[in-house]
Amino acid sequence: MAFDWSSIPGSLPILWQGMIVSLQITLVGVLVGILLGILLALLRLSPNRLLSWLSAAYVTVFRSIPLVMVLFWFHLILIPLVVGLLFPGKRLELRLIAALTAFSLFEASYYAEIIRAGILSVTKGQFNAGLALGMNRRQVMRLVVLPQALRRMVPLLLTQAIILFQDSTLVYVINLDDFFRKAYNVGNTVGTLNELILFAGAVYLVICTLASGCVRQLQRKLTVLPVK
Amino acid sequence: MISIRNVSKWYGEFQALKKCSTEVDKGEVVVICGPSGSGKSTLIKCVNGLESFQEGEIWVDGISVADRKTDLPKLRSRVGMVFQHFELFPHLSILDNITLAQCRVLGRSKKQAVEKAVQLLEMVGLAEQQPKFPAQLSGGQQQRVAIARALAMDPVAMLFDEPTSALDPEMINEVLDVMVNLAQSGMTMLVVTHEMGFAKRVADRVIFMDWGEVVEDRPKQTFFEHPETDRARQFLSKILTH
Repeated sequence: MAFDWSSIPGSLPILWQGMIVSLQITLVGVLVGILLGILLALLRLSPNRLLSWLSAAYVTVFRSIPLVMVLFWFHLILIPLVVGLLFPGKRLELRLIAALTAFSLFEASYYAEIIRAGILSVTKGQFNAGLALGMNRRQVMRLVVLPQALRRMVPLLLTQAIILFQDSTLVYVINLDDFFRKAYNVGNTVGTLNELILFAGAVYLVICTLASGCVRQLQRKLTVLPVK
Repeated sequence: MISIRNVSKWYGEFQALKKCSTEVDKGEVVVICGPSGSGKSTLIKCVNGLESFQEGEIWVDGISVADRKTDLPKLRSRVGMVFQHFELFPHLSILDNITLAQCRVLGRSKKQAVEKAVQLLEMVGLAEQQPKFPAQLSGGQQQRVAIARALAMDPVAMLFDEPTSALDPEMINEVLDVMVNLAQSGMTMLVVTHEMGFAKRVADRVIFMDWGEVVEDRPKQTFFEHPETDRARQFLSKILTH
Protein backbone atom coordinates (compact mmCIF):
# COMPACT_ATOMS: atom_id res chain seq x y z
CA MET A 1 0.00 0.00 0.00
CA ALA A 2 1.49 3.30 -1.07
CA PHE A 3 1.03 6.45 1.00
CA ASP A 4 0.39 9.84 -0.52
CA TRP A 5 1.35 12.61 1.90
CA SER A 6 1.16 15.42 -0.67
CA SER A 7 -2.17 16.78 0.55
CA ILE A 8 -0.92 17.52 4.04
CA PRO A 9 1.26 20.65 3.57
CA GLY A 10 -1.51 22.49 1.74
CA SER A 11 -4.11 21.66 4.35
CA LEU A 12 -2.06 22.76 7.35
CA PRO A 13 -3.95 26.09 7.76
CA ILE A 14 -7.28 24.22 7.93
CA LEU A 15 -5.83 21.71 10.38
CA TRP A 16 -4.50 24.59 12.50
CA GLN A 17 -8.07 25.95 12.82
CA GLY A 18 -9.05 22.59 14.22
CA MET A 19 -6.10 22.59 16.58
CA ILE A 20 -7.27 25.93 17.99
CA VAL A 21 -10.63 24.36 18.84
CA SER A 22 -8.88 21.40 20.49
CA LEU A 23 -6.67 23.69 22.55
CA GLN A 24 -9.64 25.87 23.45
CA ILE A 25 -11.52 22.88 24.81
CA THR A 26 -8.46 21.72 26.75
CA LEU A 27 -7.69 25.13 28.22
CA VAL A 28 -11.25 25.95 29.25
CA GLY A 29 -11.80 22.41 30.51
CA VAL A 30 -8.68 22.59 32.69
CA LEU A 31 -9.27 26.08 34.07
CA VAL A 32 -12.99 25.78 34.79
CA GLY A 33 -12.49 22.16 35.83
CA ILE A 34 -9.88 23.09 38.44
CA LEU A 35 -11.84 26.05 39.80
CA LEU A 36 -15.05 24.07 40.02
CA GLY A 37 -13.03 21.10 41.30
CA ILE A 38 -11.68 23.17 44.20
CA LEU A 39 -15.22 24.25 45.06
CA LEU A 40 -16.50 20.66 44.90
CA ALA A 41 -13.60 19.41 47.02
CA LEU A 42 -14.24 22.06 49.68
CA LEU A 43 -17.96 21.28 49.72
CA ARG A 44 -17.19 17.58 49.98
CA LEU A 45 -14.97 18.21 53.01
CA SER A 46 -17.33 20.71 54.64
CA PRO A 47 -18.97 19.75 57.93
CA ASN A 48 -22.36 20.49 56.37
CA ARG A 49 -23.78 17.05 55.52
CA LEU A 50 -26.08 18.28 52.78
CA LEU A 51 -23.37 20.20 50.90
CA SER A 52 -20.97 17.28 51.29
CA TRP A 53 -23.59 14.87 49.96
CA LEU A 54 -24.45 17.11 47.00
CA SER A 55 -20.79 17.33 46.04
CA ALA A 56 -20.35 13.58 46.37
CA ALA A 57 -23.44 13.02 44.23
CA TYR A 58 -22.14 15.36 41.51
CA VAL A 59 -18.80 13.58 41.38
CA THR A 60 -20.38 10.12 41.35
CA VAL A 61 -22.83 10.99 38.57
CA PHE A 62 -20.24 12.52 36.26
CA ARG A 63 -17.73 9.78 36.88
CA SER A 64 -20.31 7.10 36.13
CA ILE A 65 -21.45 8.37 32.74
CA PRO A 66 -19.35 7.97 29.58
CA LEU A 67 -18.07 11.31 28.35
CA VAL A 68 -19.54 10.68 24.90
CA MET A 69 -23.04 10.63 26.33
CA VAL A 70 -22.44 13.73 28.40
CA LEU A 71 -21.39 15.47 25.19
CA PHE A 72 -24.51 14.24 23.39
CA TRP A 73 -26.87 15.38 26.09
CA PHE A 74 -25.33 18.79 26.37
CA HIS A 75 -25.37 19.22 22.62
CA LEU A 76 -28.86 17.88 21.95
CA ILE A 77 -30.81 18.85 25.04
CA LEU A 78 -29.26 20.93 27.76
CA ILE A 79 -27.46 23.73 25.93
CA PRO A 80 -30.22 24.38 23.33
CA LEU A 81 -32.70 24.47 26.21
CA VAL A 82 -30.69 26.92 28.31
CA VAL A 83 -29.71 29.13 25.38
CA GLY A 84 -33.30 29.08 24.15
CA LEU A 85 -34.40 30.39 27.52
CA LEU A 86 -31.69 33.03 27.83
CA PHE A 87 -31.54 34.26 24.24
CA PRO A 88 -34.89 33.41 22.67
CA GLY A 89 -35.04 33.59 18.92
CA LYS A 90 -31.31 33.86 18.36
CA ARG A 91 -29.44 31.26 16.38
CA LEU A 92 -26.07 30.71 18.03
CA GLU A 93 -23.29 28.28 17.22
CA LEU A 94 -24.03 25.87 20.03
CA ARG A 95 -21.66 23.03 19.33
CA LEU A 96 -18.59 24.72 20.80
CA ILE A 97 -20.56 26.01 23.79
CA ALA A 98 -21.92 22.51 24.39
CA ALA A 99 -18.46 20.99 24.19
CA LEU A 100 -16.84 23.58 26.48
CA THR A 101 -19.59 23.21 29.09
CA ALA A 102 -19.63 19.43 28.96
CA PHE A 103 -15.86 19.13 29.29
CA SER A 104 -15.65 21.71 32.08
CA LEU A 105 -18.34 20.07 34.19
CA PHE A 106 -17.08 16.57 33.43
CA GLU A 107 -13.46 17.36 34.23
CA ALA A 108 -14.48 19.14 37.44
CA SER A 109 -15.56 15.79 38.87
CA TYR A 110 -12.12 14.34 38.24
CA TYR A 111 -10.27 17.41 39.48
CA ALA A 112 -12.45 17.45 42.59
CA GLU A 113 -11.16 14.03 43.61
CA ILE A 114 -7.54 14.92 42.88
CA ILE A 115 -7.81 18.14 44.88
CA ARG A 116 -9.66 16.48 47.74
CA ALA A 117 -6.82 13.98 48.07
CA GLY A 118 -4.37 16.89 47.99
CA ILE A 119 -6.17 18.71 50.78
CA LEU A 120 -6.29 15.56 52.89
CA SER A 121 -2.54 15.07 52.38
CA VAL A 122 -1.85 18.27 54.31
CA THR A 123 -1.48 17.25 57.95
CA LYS A 124 -3.84 18.06 60.79
CA GLY A 125 -0.87 19.73 62.51
CA GLN A 126 -0.71 22.37 59.78
CA PHE A 127 -4.43 23.00 60.14
CA ASN A 128 -4.06 23.29 63.92
CA ALA A 129 -1.10 25.65 63.58
CA GLY A 130 -3.24 27.97 61.47
CA LEU A 131 -6.15 27.80 63.91
CA ALA A 132 -3.85 28.35 66.90
CA LEU A 133 -2.75 31.66 65.35
CA GLY A 134 -6.35 32.82 65.40
CA MET A 135 -7.22 32.29 61.76
CA ASN A 136 -10.73 31.04 61.04
CA ARG A 137 -11.28 27.81 59.10
CA ARG A 138 -11.72 29.59 55.80
CA GLN A 139 -8.47 31.52 56.20
CA VAL A 140 -6.57 28.38 57.20
CA MET A 141 -7.91 26.59 54.13
CA ARG A 142 -7.11 29.46 51.75
CA LEU A 143 -3.76 30.60 53.17
CA VAL A 144 -2.24 27.42 54.59
CA VAL A 145 -3.82 24.22 53.30
CA LEU A 146 -4.82 24.93 49.67
CA PRO A 147 -1.47 26.45 48.61
CA GLN A 148 0.32 23.35 49.86
CA ALA A 149 -2.26 20.95 48.45
CA LEU A 150 -2.25 22.53 44.98
CA ARG A 151 1.55 22.61 44.87
CA ARG A 152 1.64 18.90 45.57
CA MET A 153 -1.09 18.30 43.01
CA VAL A 154 0.47 20.19 40.10
CA PRO A 155 1.89 17.10 38.33
CA LEU A 156 -1.39 15.20 38.68
CA LEU A 157 -3.43 18.20 37.54
CA LEU A 158 -1.27 18.57 34.44
CA THR A 159 -1.38 14.86 33.67
CA GLN A 160 -5.16 15.10 33.83
CA ALA A 161 -4.92 18.03 31.37
CA ILE A 162 -3.01 15.84 28.91
CA ILE A 163 -5.70 13.18 29.14
CA LEU A 164 -8.30 15.89 28.56
CA PHE A 165 -6.46 17.03 25.42
CA GLN A 166 -6.68 13.49 24.05
CA ASP A 167 -10.31 13.08 25.11
CA SER A 168 -11.22 16.32 23.32
CA THR A 169 -11.25 14.28 20.07
CA LEU A 170 -14.57 12.88 21.27
CA VAL A 171 -16.28 16.06 20.08
CA TYR A 172 -16.50 14.39 16.65
CA VAL A 173 -19.77 12.86 17.91
CA ILE A 174 -21.37 16.30 17.93
CA ASN A 175 -19.79 17.29 14.60
CA LEU A 176 -17.52 19.88 16.12
CA ASP A 177 -14.44 20.49 13.99
CA ASP A 178 -11.51 19.94 16.29
CA PHE A 179 -8.07 18.96 15.01
CA PHE A 180 -8.94 15.30 14.57
CA ARG A 181 -12.21 15.94 12.75
CA LYS A 182 -10.59 18.51 10.45
CA ALA A 183 -7.95 15.94 9.58
CA TYR A 184 -10.63 13.35 8.96
CA ASN A 185 -12.60 15.73 6.74
CA VAL A 186 -9.58 16.73 4.70
CA GLY A 187 -8.61 13.11 4.21
CA ASN A 188 -12.14 12.18 3.23
CA THR A 189 -12.41 14.97 0.67
CA VAL A 190 -9.00 14.47 -0.91
CA GLY A 191 -9.16 10.70 -0.70
CA THR A 192 -6.14 10.23 1.57
CA LEU A 193 -7.98 9.36 4.76
CA ASN A 194 -5.40 6.86 6.03
CA GLU A 195 -2.57 9.34 5.67
CA LEU A 196 -4.44 12.15 7.42
CA ILE A 197 -5.47 9.98 10.34
CA LEU A 198 -1.92 8.70 10.73
CA PHE A 199 -0.67 12.26 10.61
CA ALA A 200 -3.20 13.41 13.21
CA GLY A 201 -2.20 10.52 15.46
CA ALA A 202 1.46 11.49 15.12
CA VAL A 203 0.66 15.08 16.09
CA TYR A 204 -1.20 13.97 19.23
CA LEU A 205 1.62 11.59 20.06
CA VAL A 206 4.28 14.31 19.76
CA ILE A 207 2.33 16.94 21.74
CA CYS A 208 1.40 14.57 24.56
CA THR A 209 4.88 13.06 24.82
CA LEU A 210 6.44 16.51 25.03
CA ALA A 211 3.90 17.64 27.60
CA SER A 212 4.47 14.51 29.72
CA GLY A 213 8.19 15.22 29.60
CA CYS A 214 7.57 18.75 30.84
CA VAL A 215 5.42 17.45 33.70
CA ARG A 216 8.20 15.05 34.71
CA GLN A 217 10.74 17.88 34.72
CA LEU A 218 8.39 20.03 36.77
CA GLN A 219 7.79 17.20 39.20
CA ARG A 220 11.52 16.88 39.76
CA LYS A 221 11.75 20.61 40.38
CA LEU A 222 8.80 20.66 42.75
CA THR A 223 10.18 17.88 44.91
CA VAL A 224 13.41 19.86 45.28
CA LEU A 225 11.42 22.94 46.24
CA PRO A 226 11.12 23.55 49.97
CA VAL A 227 7.99 21.55 50.53
CA LYS A 228 8.03 19.40 53.62
CA MET B 1 -5.11 33.59 83.67
CA ILE B 2 -5.87 29.97 82.75
CA SER B 3 -8.37 28.05 84.81
CA ILE B 4 -9.10 24.39 84.12
CA ARG B 5 -12.01 22.98 86.12
CA ASN B 6 -13.05 19.33 86.21
CA VAL B 7 -12.39 18.76 82.53
CA SER B 8 -13.30 15.32 81.17
CA LYS B 9 -12.98 14.09 77.62
CA TRP B 10 -13.93 10.83 75.95
CA TYR B 11 -12.92 9.35 72.61
CA GLY B 12 -15.89 7.03 72.23
CA GLU B 13 -15.63 4.64 75.16
CA PHE B 14 -12.10 5.69 76.07
CA GLN B 15 -11.81 8.42 78.66
CA ALA B 16 -8.77 10.53 77.78
CA LEU B 17 -9.18 13.14 80.53
CA LYS B 18 -10.67 12.52 83.97
CA LYS B 19 -11.84 15.57 85.89
CA CYS B 20 -8.64 17.52 85.36
CA SER B 21 -8.30 20.78 87.26
CA THR B 22 -5.58 23.37 87.67
CA GLU B 23 -4.91 27.08 87.63
CA VAL B 24 -2.16 29.07 85.96
CA ASP B 25 -1.83 32.59 87.33
CA LYS B 26 -0.51 35.54 85.40
CA GLY B 27 3.26 35.29 85.03
CA GLU B 28 3.31 31.73 86.30
CA VAL B 29 5.19 28.92 84.56
CA VAL B 30 3.58 25.51 84.96
CA VAL B 31 5.11 22.32 83.60
CA ILE B 32 2.97 19.27 82.81
CA CYS B 33 4.80 15.95 82.74
CA GLY B 34 3.82 12.31 82.70
CA PRO B 35 4.16 9.14 80.66
CA SER B 36 3.12 9.17 77.01
CA GLY B 37 -0.58 8.65 76.55
CA SER B 38 -1.33 10.24 79.90
CA GLY B 39 -3.41 13.03 78.34
CA LYS B 40 -0.93 15.92 78.67
CA SER B 41 -1.13 17.00 75.03
CA THR B 42 -4.87 16.50 74.91
CA LEU B 43 -5.32 18.72 77.96
CA ILE B 44 -3.14 21.53 76.65
CA LYS B 45 -4.99 21.45 73.30
CA CYS B 46 -8.26 21.86 75.16
CA VAL B 47 -7.01 25.16 76.56
CA ASN B 48 -7.19 26.89 73.15
CA GLY B 49 -10.03 24.80 71.82
CA LEU B 50 -8.06 22.68 69.36
CA GLU B 51 -9.58 19.71 71.18
CA SER B 52 -13.11 19.72 72.50
CA PHE B 53 -14.12 18.28 75.86
CA GLN B 54 -17.46 16.99 77.05
CA GLU B 55 -17.45 18.03 80.70
CA GLY B 56 -15.98 20.80 82.81
CA GLU B 57 -14.88 24.32 82.05
CA ILE B 58 -11.77 26.10 80.88
CA TRP B 59 -11.39 29.84 81.27
CA VAL B 60 -8.65 31.86 79.59
CA ASP B 61 -8.28 35.47 80.70
CA GLY B 62 -11.91 35.51 81.81
CA ILE B 63 -13.31 33.89 78.64
CA SER B 64 -14.91 30.44 78.59
CA VAL B 65 -13.45 28.10 75.95
CA ALA B 66 -16.43 25.74 75.99
CA ASP B 67 -19.06 28.46 75.63
CA ARG B 68 -20.58 28.17 72.15
CA LYS B 69 -20.85 31.95 71.93
CA THR B 70 -17.11 32.42 72.44
CA ASP B 71 -15.23 33.73 69.43
CA LEU B 72 -12.68 30.91 69.37
CA PRO B 73 -10.41 32.38 66.65
CA LYS B 74 -10.17 35.59 68.69
CA LEU B 75 -9.39 33.67 71.86
CA ARG B 76 -6.75 31.62 70.05
CA SER B 77 -5.13 34.74 68.64
CA ARG B 78 -4.42 35.80 72.23
CA VAL B 79 -2.90 32.45 73.28
CA GLY B 80 0.33 31.41 71.61
CA MET B 81 0.95 27.75 70.89
CA VAL B 82 4.15 25.90 70.01
CA PHE B 83 3.88 22.36 68.64
CA GLN B 84 6.03 19.27 68.86
CA HIS B 85 6.59 19.23 65.09
CA PHE B 86 7.05 23.01 64.73
CA GLU B 87 4.33 23.26 62.06
CA LEU B 88 5.87 26.18 60.24
CA PHE B 89 4.08 26.74 56.94
CA PRO B 90 6.45 25.12 54.39
CA HIS B 91 5.28 27.19 51.44
CA LEU B 92 6.07 30.52 53.13
CA SER B 93 9.39 32.16 53.95
CA ILE B 94 10.43 32.54 57.58
CA LEU B 95 9.39 36.19 57.48
CA ASP B 96 6.00 35.42 55.92
CA ASN B 97 5.41 32.69 58.48
CA ILE B 98 5.62 35.33 61.18
CA THR B 99 3.73 38.12 59.42
CA LEU B 100 0.82 36.09 57.98
CA ALA B 101 -1.43 35.98 61.04
CA GLN B 102 -0.37 39.44 62.22
CA CYS B 103 -1.75 40.90 58.99
CA ARG B 104 -4.71 38.56 58.46
CA VAL B 105 -5.91 38.21 62.04
CA LEU B 106 -4.78 41.32 63.89
CA GLY B 107 -5.06 43.58 60.85
CA ARG B 108 -1.58 45.00 61.24
CA SER B 109 0.02 46.68 58.25
CA LYS B 110 2.71 44.79 56.40
CA LYS B 111 5.28 47.28 57.67
CA GLN B 112 4.27 46.89 61.32
CA ALA B 113 4.20 43.11 60.98
CA VAL B 114 7.66 42.97 59.40
CA GLU B 115 9.07 45.22 62.12
CA LYS B 116 7.65 42.98 64.80
CA ALA B 117 8.89 39.84 63.03
CA VAL B 118 12.43 41.16 62.63
CA GLN B 119 12.52 42.19 66.28
CA LEU B 120 11.40 38.71 67.40
CA LEU B 121 13.77 36.93 65.02
CA GLU B 122 16.59 38.92 66.55
CA MET B 123 15.41 37.86 69.97
CA VAL B 124 15.58 34.16 69.04
CA GLY B 125 18.88 34.70 67.23
CA LEU B 126 17.68 34.08 63.68
CA ALA B 127 17.54 37.53 62.10
CA GLU B 128 19.63 36.37 59.13
CA GLN B 129 17.22 33.56 58.23
CA GLN B 130 14.17 35.61 57.28
CA PRO B 131 14.21 35.09 53.50
CA LYS B 132 14.74 31.32 53.83
CA PHE B 133 12.12 28.60 53.80
CA PRO B 134 11.42 26.32 56.79
CA ALA B 135 12.93 23.24 55.11
CA GLN B 136 16.27 25.08 54.88
CA LEU B 137 16.48 25.43 58.67
CA SER B 138 17.48 22.90 61.31
CA GLY B 139 14.83 21.57 63.68
CA GLY B 140 16.05 23.79 66.52
CA GLN B 141 15.94 26.86 64.29
CA GLN B 142 12.47 25.96 63.03
CA GLN B 143 11.19 25.65 66.58
CA ARG B 144 12.66 29.02 67.52
CA VAL B 145 10.90 30.56 64.51
CA ALA B 146 7.70 28.87 65.67
CA ILE B 147 8.09 30.52 69.08
CA ALA B 148 8.68 33.88 67.40
CA ARG B 149 5.60 33.32 65.23
CA ALA B 150 3.45 32.71 68.31
CA LEU B 151 4.93 35.69 70.19
CA ALA B 152 4.25 38.00 67.24
CA MET B 153 0.57 37.92 68.18
CA ASP B 154 1.38 39.50 71.57
CA PRO B 155 -0.23 36.61 73.44
CA VAL B 156 -1.35 36.83 77.07
CA ALA B 157 -0.15 33.25 77.62
CA MET B 158 1.90 30.63 75.79
CA LEU B 159 1.19 26.92 75.45
CA PHE B 160 4.05 24.53 74.62
CA ASP B 161 3.20 21.00 73.51
CA GLU B 162 6.39 18.94 73.86
CA PRO B 163 8.46 21.61 72.10
CA THR B 164 11.74 19.67 72.23
CA SER B 165 10.56 16.07 71.78
CA ALA B 166 11.15 16.03 68.02
CA LEU B 167 14.60 17.62 68.22
CA ASP B 168 18.05 16.11 68.01
CA PRO B 169 19.73 16.31 71.43
CA GLU B 170 22.22 18.99 70.40
CA MET B 171 19.39 21.33 69.42
CA ILE B 172 17.30 21.01 72.55
CA ASN B 173 19.20 23.62 74.51
CA GLU B 174 18.91 26.40 71.95
CA VAL B 175 15.12 26.06 72.18
CA LEU B 176 15.08 25.71 75.97
CA ASP B 177 17.23 28.84 76.29
CA VAL B 178 14.63 30.85 74.41
CA MET B 179 11.92 29.41 76.64
CA VAL B 180 13.85 30.17 79.81
CA ASN B 181 14.31 33.78 78.73
CA LEU B 182 10.64 33.99 77.97
CA ALA B 183 9.73 32.58 81.38
CA GLN B 184 12.05 35.03 83.11
CA SER B 185 10.51 37.91 81.19
CA GLY B 186 7.24 37.17 82.98
CA MET B 187 5.29 35.31 80.30
CA THR B 188 2.48 33.07 81.53
CA MET B 189 3.40 29.59 80.31
CA LEU B 190 1.86 26.13 80.33
CA VAL B 191 4.48 23.66 79.13
CA VAL B 192 4.12 19.95 78.36
CA THR B 193 7.66 18.58 78.46
CA HIS B 194 9.96 15.83 79.67
CA GLU B 195 12.79 18.32 80.22
CA MET B 196 12.99 18.22 83.99
CA GLY B 197 16.03 20.50 83.91
CA PHE B 198 13.81 23.20 82.42
CA ALA B 199 11.15 22.53 85.06
CA LYS B 200 13.70 22.80 87.87
CA ARG B 201 15.06 26.05 86.51
CA VAL B 202 11.98 28.10 85.74
CA ALA B 203 8.77 26.29 86.66
CA ASP B 204 6.68 27.54 89.54
CA ARG B 205 4.61 24.40 89.67
CA VAL B 206 4.76 20.91 88.22
CA ILE B 207 1.72 18.89 87.27
CA PHE B 208 2.11 15.13 86.95
CA MET B 209 -0.50 13.34 84.82
CA ASP B 210 -1.15 9.65 84.36
CA TRP B 211 -4.10 7.81 82.77
CA GLY B 212 -5.84 11.12 82.01
CA GLU B 213 -5.74 12.27 85.61
CA VAL B 214 -3.92 15.11 87.32
CA VAL B 215 -2.09 13.02 89.91
CA GLU B 216 0.07 15.72 91.45
CA ASP B 217 -0.03 19.51 91.13
CA ARG B 218 2.51 21.11 93.43
CA PRO B 219 5.33 23.65 93.68
CA LYS B 220 8.38 22.28 91.86
CA GLN B 221 10.53 22.03 94.97
CA THR B 222 8.19 19.71 96.83
CA PHE B 223 7.36 17.79 93.65
CA PHE B 224 10.96 16.89 92.89
CA GLU B 225 12.06 16.35 96.48
CA HIS B 226 9.02 14.66 97.95
CA PRO B 227 6.67 13.29 95.31
CA GLU B 228 3.51 12.19 97.09
CA THR B 229 2.39 9.31 94.92
CA ASP B 230 4.10 6.10 93.85
CA ARG B 231 3.25 6.81 90.26
CA ALA B 232 5.10 10.12 90.29
CA ARG B 233 8.05 8.58 92.15
CA GLN B 234 8.30 5.81 89.56
CA PHE B 235 8.08 8.28 86.70
CA LEU B 236 10.73 10.55 88.18
CA SER B 237 13.11 7.68 88.91
CA LYS B 238 12.79 6.58 85.28
CA ILE B 239 13.58 9.93 83.71
CA LEU B 240 16.01 11.36 86.26
CA THR B 241 18.40 8.45 86.72
CA HIS B 242 19.99 8.90 83.29
